Amino acid sequence: MSVDSAEDIKKHVRVYIMVFVALAALTVITVGISYMHLPTHWAILFALTVATIKGSLVACYFMHLISERKVIYAILAICAFFFAVLLWAPVVTSSM
Amino acid sequence: MQIPYAVHPHPVTGIPNGKLGIWLFLASEVMLFGALFSALILLRVGADHWPHGVEEGLSIPLATLNTLVLITSSVTMVMSWASLKLNQYGRFQMYFTITILLAFVFLVIKYIEYSDKFHHEHFPRTNNFYATYFTMTGLHGLHVIGGIVVNSYLLLTGRRQWNRDPEHFTNRIECAGLYWHFVDLVWIFLFPVLYLL
Repeated sequence: MSVDSAEDIKKHVRVYIMVFVALAALTVITVGISYMHLPTHWAILFALTVATIKGSLVACYFMHLISERKVIYAILAICAFFFAVLLWAPVVTSSM
Repeated sequence: MQIPYAVHPHPVTGIPNGKLGIWLFLASEVMLFGALFSALILLRVGADHWPHGVEEGLSIPLATLNTLVLITSSVTMVMSWASLKLNQYGRFQMYFTITILLAFVFLVIKYIEYSDKFHHEHFPRTNNFYATYFTMTGLHGLHVIGGIVVNSYLLLTGRRQWNRDPEHFTNRIECAGLYWHFVDLVWIFLFPVLYLL
């Protein structure tokens, strides 16, 4: 991430505060959904969707992935591929 | 001997070497936790009945509080980095100290949770649910302790490092921050998977 001027940093600080509020609100929403006793598949879908949104906010803004260099994206793309394989392998093999 | 490209970007990668190193390390961490999530899915889809966290006595209020604690520590961490970028070392110290204190708060809450489980004789050997619960939260807890150690070192030696080379120290804080946000990121997924589903 290449942020140089003080004005840029101050803008970023405002974004960090907004992301923090969003993360706190999404945490409350996640817990609220869990008390609604939805069918399991809907509960999993909602909880993981909200967790993914929260994770994306942390990665994009706190970890600055929204404005990173290509080499970082390349590393993470390879990582994401093998991570997806790890998660899908047990699902696929269990239905065989 | 000076480590090359510790401050300025490497001409090939476009980023300092330390930052490349921490991202490669985080990629390996993704695979470590990915393997555990994979094992959890395998156990869960293969089980006739997988208990809900509440059924097994997990405390949603405590886990929610811990989630908020980690999220807050993430924002204080990034604020400490921003303070260095603004040349405000005093503010950096304040935010960084709060980050470390919040990490301790997280561990204290985790200790309360673990104590309650042990009191009710719930151990990793009790069943597959507790085996995965203790393994995943335990490994995550070790990462929190690792973060405390690194961040405390940076706080204690920070003034000297800052006076010697402010830009290099700021890069180090950015790398420490990336690790800390990753620890937060892992918990964001552990919380619903273990407690709410």
